[in-house]
Amino acid sequence: MSNAEGHPTHLAHHFSTTEQQKDSAKIGMWLFLLTEVLLFGGLFCAYAIFRAWYPDLFHNAHSFLDTGLGATNTVVLITSSLTMALAIRAMQLGNKNATIWNLVATLGLAGTFLVIKYIEYSHKFHLGQLPGKYYTFTGVEGGNPHIFFSIYFMMTGLHGIHVIAGMITIGWMLYRTTKNHFSAEYYTPIEMTGLYWHLVDLIWIFLFPLFYLIG
Amino acid sequence: MDTTGSFLMPPAQSTYAGDVDALFNFILIAGLIIFVIVIATTVFFSMKYRRKGMATKTSGTDHNLGLEILWTAIPTALIVIVFIWTFRSYIKMSVVPGDAIEIKVTAQKWFWTFDYAEGANSVNELVIPVNQPIKLLMSSQDVIHSFFIPNFRAKMDVLPNRYSITWFEATSTGTYDLFCTEYCGKGHSEMLGSVRVVSEEEYKKWIDEGSDPGKGLTLEEFGRKLYVKKACNTCHTTDGSKGVGPTFKGVFGREEIMEDGTPITVEENYIRESILEPKAHIVAGFQPVMPTYQGLLKDREIDAIIAYLKTMKAE
Amino acid sequence: MSTATATNYLNEAKGWKSWLLTQDHKRIGIMYLAGIFFFFLVGGLLALIIRWELFTPAKDIMEADTYNRFFTLHGAIMIFLFIIPSIPAALGNFVLPLMLGAKDVAFPRLNLASWYLYVIGALFALYSIISGAADTGWTFYTPYSTSTSGSVVAIAVGVFILGFSSIFTGLNFIATIHKLRAPGMTWFKMPLFVWGLYATAIIQVLATPVLGITVVLLILERMVHIGIFDPAMGGDPVLFQHFFWFYSHPAVYIMILPGMGIISEVIATFSHKRIFGYKAIAYSSLGIAFMSFLVWGHHMFVSGQSELASLIFSFLTFFVGIPSGIKVFNWVATMYKGQISLKVPMLYAISFLILFSIGGLTGIFLGAVSVDVHLHDTYFIVAHFHYTMMGGTVIAFLAGLHFWWPKLWGRIYNETWAVVSCLMIFIGFNVTFLSQFIMGAQGMPRRYYTYPEEFQRLHGFSSVGSLILGAGFLIMTIYLLHSIFRGKKVGRNPWQSLTMEWEAESPPITHNFDKDMVLEHGPYDYDIVDAKYTEEGTL
Repeated sequence: MSNAEGHPTHLAHHFSTTEQQKDSAKIGMWLFLLTEVLLFGGLFCAYAIFRAWYPDLFHNAHSFLDTGLGATNTVVLITSSLTMALAIRAMQLGNKNATIWNLVATLGLAGTFLVIKYIEYSHKFHLGQLPGKYYTFTGVEGGNPHIFFSIYFMMTGLHGIHVIAGMITIGWMLYRTTKNHFSAEYYTPIEMTGLYWHLVDLIWIFLFPLFYLIG
Repeated sequence: MDTTGSFLMPPAQSTYAGDVDALFNFILIAGLIIFVIVIATTVFFSMKYRRKGMATKTSGTDHNLGLEILWTAIPTALIVIVFIWTFRSYIKMSVVPGDAIEIKVTAQKWFWTFDYAEGANSVNELVIPVNQPIKLLMSSQDVIHSFFIPNFRAKMDVLPNRYSITWFEATSTGTYDLFCTEYCGKGHSEMLGSVRVVSEEEYKKWIDEGSDPGKGLTLEEFGRKLYVKKACNTCHTTDGSKGVGPTFKGVFGREEIMEDGTPITVEENYIRESILEPKAHIVAGFQPVMPTYQGLLKDREIDAIIAYLKTMKAE
Repeated sequence: MSTATATNYLNEAKGWKSWLLTQDHKRIGIMYLAGIFFFFLVGGLLALIIRWELFTPAKDIMEADTYNRFFTLHGAIMIFLFIIPSIPAALGNFVLPLMLGAKDVAFPRLNLASWYLYVIGALFALYSIISGAADTGWTFYTPYSTSTSGSVVAIAVGVFILGFSSIFTGLNFIATIHKLRAPGMTWFKMPLFVWGLYATAIIQVLATPVLGITVVLLILERMVHIGIFDPAMGGDPVLFQHFFWFYSHPAVYIMILPGMGIISEVIATFSHKRIFGYKAIAYSSLGIAFMSFLVWGHHMFVSGQSELASLIFSFLTFFVGIPSGIKVFNWVATMYKGQISLKVPMLYAISFLILFSIGGLTGIFLGAVSVDVHLHDTYFIVAHFHYTMMGGTVIAFLAGLHFWWPKLWGRIYNETWAVVSCLMIFIGFNVTFLSQFIMGAQGMPRRYYTYPEEFQRLHGFSSVGSLILGAGFLIMTIYLLHSIFRGKKVGRNPWQSLTMEWEAESPPITHNFDKDMVLEHGPYDYDIVDAKYTEEGTL
């Protein structure tokens, strides 16, 4: 980062204005989110195809998911999206403390989500509702019940990995906020983290009805 | 030799092969004309407008509506012709005639089995009557294979989880190549077979013999025949060289060391087990890749193979 | 390395750290170039060994298992480690910001990260070789790939990582093109190579994630048997083919579109002429990028997909051909009334026109579904995609490499040797692959380790051709390496081109230009502007 010729410290040498840098970051982030959507898109596709092939199986198997826990997790994630948005808003207004507390709340809610997911997973592990060849549960009617759980674990697992990646990024933003890296003029990294977090939230909002609600 | 084929293609010997070749030739000629025009123009321009000395300003022509419409319209028109043509010939290739003889094809690493409704079966040799539509109902025991007869222009993948179908009607008698065209591992290039197109009477005779294949042969002779017919020869040589499996030269009575180190002497029961449960005892240094012949060989046929192997006793 | 006094991007900082930690797009471009050149030689060597084995119908120098691993590695290395990064990541990285009048790409750190992902992906691929190597073919078709004893997981992880390297490069380029153009450079004043890279980047961003998730599914299928692709567990192996080709068909346009961009630059520069049909070429790049997502099923005409699907894919496939054809006609028309100098890059561009036309026209045979049934998985396909990928992309890459070589190093190669090697590559290539069209039409299946005797003569031709081709590349490697240190020095604009990269020093300084760039004329205004001459820059 150069400091010559009146370049602000956060402005990289190859950009001429803060505006240009911010716009570039936004384009980059939106494109990245697009690739994330397509990454999950492959799995949504697999879900749709197998659902069309084995409608009865999907109907029977979905009742083994705990809708209560799923709904709780949905509320938790939506709330975390709100606190994330509030953190960005606070920094826009230059209110560092509010940003910090909102980021901490987002982290806490993300952690809660993972704990609930852990409870759900361990219950299924216990019953033997595992993906693929490890599947040992016998209570589901219809052929090939492991397929449903394979897709369930892949999609929620990949989503879980994204939650963890989001938590690491939010933690890093928290650190940088406490170190006074951001101000009302420059908060692009928090804003980008927010965009990512909303996508993670949005994917769950699709996963929840597809697995827990429709049968 | 049939001359309906293209000069690039093998002779066309099924009812729809001629259609395919005609379209092939049309694309070839149209393509060659376009190619020659493009390349001749390129070469002509690079001669005629060769730079002499330092570059100066050049003409600013950068579009010509008439020309651009022309070079978009002509290829589009050609493509529409090709599509309509391929549509018609593909429909012909896809619709199986109602009176077709159905033969079940099973592909596995690395041979083909053909089962006829009358009970006859054969390995790596498909025998069919001439001028008679044949429908093949195909499936695979392991990975994806693909059934290809170049002279018939027929090809279809053979899948492990469902039946795939292809059909053809041979137009002349003779023996043609059958290839596997979907890569299936070590023996892919040896997964060859042949199609023998015979007259109606000969086919009937073959089907009758098929129900009792060893008729009139001694057990050893029958075994020798099966060695080729059941594709043992794909993996097991008789000249002592190492194939996918151990050589049959001197096999009977030979002491082989198994993977786990125990020695086994090759005798009747070990051969029988190797044919029906090939993975039970693997000779050290070989992969457990042989498929089971359970259900594919009758008891008498196993006896015949054992008798044949006895003729190749260890010295 | 260049003029003793001047500092440039090559000599401003020294030591290996200054390279491995650089964020300069030019150095990253050079590091990519080193990587892809290495893998091109490895992949080429594998090809020569394969051709040696195929010289006679029987077994010659290796076992079937070894052969299967060799052709798998040849394909995987050439596609994932050479062709896909070749033009965008190596040449594009170096040239794109210079062409736009920018100081760097939008995200220099991400750019370096992409290179490291490339290296890590390459290491996984190399690890897979020492851990037994995959024998699945580069297409990894299930259920073979989930049941073979070959080392599939390592190379699949490598492909996943390489995919993300490619995604990040594409993302970086799109942001760069949107936001870092010099003042005055509107969309339709961008050089056509930039349009090519833009269309490519769109495909990289949209298609590669699907490949990513596909190889993840493949890895999970192999490791924990999730059952998605396994017929024995209610899955479907053909689903894998759909997923795979949904990426891999657009991927062939990731390979060819930037090559077409280079050809536009080279033909305009060496014809010293305004490009014919600028907008048609630019739009056709976007058109191809869009259509490329709709035709994957033409790889699966005999896979058991429904006849209706095959016909629809066949129909759509033909319409990818039209924009490619239009481009070829525009390039030829550009030469009309130009002042053509047949320098090495132009010779490559003309070979491209010939070879790519053959590659494109033979695609029509394969798009016609009834003809494809016969030609599918034969040597006709092998010849067709080598004509498009090698005769198209690799030849375009070489055109670009020779075109920008003076900009990269400030020195130029020996023209005579370059012409000799260009001719050898052209002749060797045609001998190798024209014979394969004939074999394929006669029914020779691909991926055969041994083959029926009747194909021996054509295989023999092909093997001899590959030797000529190999020798051509050997000569090229020698004169190019030699020229980096001993080549004749050149000035800013040796080809009297009007695109912006030629206004930078050769080699450029670290921040690219000695002033803030403003567009003064269009990239192809050869009818309006006299190209800037420099004393060393005469032709």
